[in-house]
Amino acid sequence: MKLEARDIRLHLGRSEILHGVDLTARAGQLTAIIGPNGSGKTTLLRALTGEITPTAGHAMLNGRDVAAMRPEELALTRAVLPQQSMLSFPFTVAEIIRIGLTATHAGQGSESNGLIRAALSRVGLPEHAGRLYQELSGGEQQRVQLARTLVQIWHPVGRDGPRWLLLDEPVSSLDIAQQLTVMRLAAEYAGQGGGVVAIMHDLNLTAMFADHVLLMQEGRAVAEGPPAEVLTDHILSGAYGCSLQVNHTPPNGVWLLPQGAAL
Amino acid sequence: MVALDAPRERLAGDRRHLGRALAVWLLGLLAVLALLSLGHGASGVSAPRVLLDWLAGHEIAQTDRVVLFDIRLPRLLTGILVGAGLAVSGAIMQGLFRNPLADPGLLGVSAGASLGAISAIVLGGLLPPAMLAAAGWHLVPLAAFAGSWLAMVTLYGIATRQGRTSVATMLLAGIALAAMIAAVSGLIIYRADDQQLRDLTFWGLGSLAGASWVKLLAAGPVIAAALLVSPFLAWGLNGLALGEASAAHVGIRVQRVKTTAILTTAAATGASVAVSGGIGFVGIVVPHLLRLLAGPDHRWLLVNSALLGASVLLVADMISRTVIAPAELPIGIITAMIGGPFFLWVLLSNRRMLDG
Repeated sequence: MKLEARDIRLHLGRSEILHGVDLTARAGQLTAIIGPNGSGKTTLLRALTGEITPTAGHAMLNGRDVAAMRPEELALTRAVLPQQSMLSFPFTVAEIIRIGLTATHAGQGSESNGLIRAALSRVGLPEHAGRLYQELSGGEQQRVQLARTLVQIWHPVGRDGPRWLLLDEPVSSLDIAQQLTVMRLAAEYAGQGGGVVAIMHDLNLTAMFADHVLLMQEGRAVAEGPPAEVLTDHILSGAYGCSLQVNHTPPNGVWLLPQGAAL
Repeated sequence: MVALDAPRERLAGDRRHLGRALAVWLLGLLAVLALLSLGHGASGVSAPRVLLDWLAGHEIAQTDRVVLFDIRLPRLLTGILVGAGLAVSGAIMQGLFRNPLADPGLLGVSAGASLGAISAIVLGGLLPPAMLAAAGWHLVPLAAFAGSWLAMVTLYGIATRQGRTSVATMLLAGIALAAMIAAVSGLIIYRADDQQLRDLTFWGLGSLAGASWVKLLAAGPVIAAALLVSPFLAWGLNGLALGEASAAHVGIRVQRVKTTAILTTAAATGASVAVSGGIGFVGIVVPHLLRLLAGPDHRWLLVNSALLGASVLLVADMISRTVIAPAELPIGIITAMIGGPFFLWVLLSNRRMLDG
C-alpha cells in the first residue's frame, strides 16, 4: 500500500507553487521530504493530507483519491502533525490528546485514559497529562501534538490497510535527545507496517532514519530514492545552493552527529 | 497493544468529572431559583402557599391563578430560555472564533435584531391596518427575527468564499455591520414620537417585564431548538481550538460545524433579543466563569452555559423586580452592572491567556 503524489500541480493566485510533483511513499517505510526553504515541501504535504486540493494531479492514499475521501475516513487512515499549533483556550494536555480521538469515537470511554497515558509515555512525557498545554515549552507542546496524532491512528495497520503518520518538521524545536526519541518512534511506527512521511530539515537525521527520500527544489521533485542515492555531494550542492560534501570528516574542531548517540 | 492498566483510575488533566458535577449543581441551583422566582413578585402571592393549598384539595383563587400562571410562569420560562440562549450563543461564538471575548453582540446579530424591532415599533404604524391587525403582538418579535437573520446572511455572504469562512474577515465585517446597523437604527429613531422613544429605551435596556405566553410561544421554540442542537457542536468546537486545518485532520467537517454554529447563534440571539431586548454580558461572563471552573471542553461547557446562563438571568430578574419595587429596573442594567466589572476582572486576571 502506498501514499502517492501523481503529477501534483498547484496554483496560488497566478503563480504555480508545485510544478507536477510525483512521490511514492510505501507503508513500512519512513519517507523523508527534504529541500531548501520555500521549495514546496509543506505545500506538497498539505496536498497529501487533503487540506488543499491540487489544481491538477492526484494525491492517492492506499489506492484511493484523497479528494474523494470523507473527513472521517481520512482521519481514520492518516494523522497529521502540523509545523505549528495554536491553541486558544486553556486545555490540559490530556484534553488536547483526547481531541485526537474524535474520529474513532473512543474518546468517551475509560479505555481512552489508558491510550492517552500510553501515547504520553511514548513521546517521553509520562507525567504531563495534568499540565496546562499553554504552560509547556515549545518542544513539549510539539510532543503533545505528536501524542495527539498517535492516538488518532494508534495501530499502524488497520483492518483496511496501513495507517499513515504525516509529520511536518517533527523535530524542529526539540533538543537532540528528544529528536532521537521522536525519530525512533516514527521509525518504529513504520517498522510495524505503518507509513510515515516526514518533512525534514536535518539531513543527518534524514540519513539516519529515512528509508526513502524526496528532494524538492523550487516546486519540483529533483531526486527521489534511497538516502544513499539522493544524499550525494552533487545533488545536495545543486539543490541547497552551497558546496556540500557527505561523509567528509573535518580535520579539526569539534563536531557531533546524531549517529554517534545510537552507538 | 497497550496495557490498559487500571482504567478506573482518574487520568490527570481529565476534567470531565468536574463538568459533570458542575452540571448537577447548576441544575439544582436553577431549580431552586425557579421556585424562588415563582414565589417572588409585586403582588405578594406566595407560590408555596398556593401549591400547599392546591395539594390540600382547595380551589386556587382566580387572582392567584392569574398571577402565577399568566404573569410569573411565562416570565420565568422566558428568563430561563433567554439566559440559556444568550450564554450558549456566547460559548459557541467564542469556540468558533477561538477567542474568549467573542460575542453575538460583536457580530451585529443583536444589532440586526434591534434594527428589526425598532423598525417595527416606529414604522409599524405605516403598515396597512389589516396587516397590522393580523401581525398583532407578533410584529416586534417577527421584525427582530428578520433583522438578525438578514444581518447573519449578509455577514455570511461577505465572510464566506468558496465554501470557507474566514474568521478574521467575519469578525471585522461583523463590527462594521454592527456600526452600520446602529446608524440606520439611529435614523429611524429620529422619526419616533415620545411614547415610542420611551418604549424603545426600555426595550433597548433589556427587560423581561413584557413576557407573555404569546411572545414566549413565538420565540421560545426557536431558542429551545438552538439549545438542543448546541451539544452536537461540542467535538467540532474542541477540534477548532487547534485551528481549522488540525480540526479537519482529526476528522471534523469544519465547514458544517461553522455553518451550524453560525445558524444556531443567529437563531438563539435573534429570538432572545426579540423577547427581551439588549441584555448584555451574559454571553461573555457565563462561559468565561465556567472555563475557569471546569476547563474549556465544550462537551460540558455548552450544557453548563445553558444552566448557569438561565440561573444568572433569573437572579438578575429578581433583583430588577426588587430594587425599586413596585417599579422595575430594566434587567439589562443589572446584568451590565454586575457583568461589566466581573468581565474586566476576568480580563485582567487572564491577560496572559488572552495575549497568547
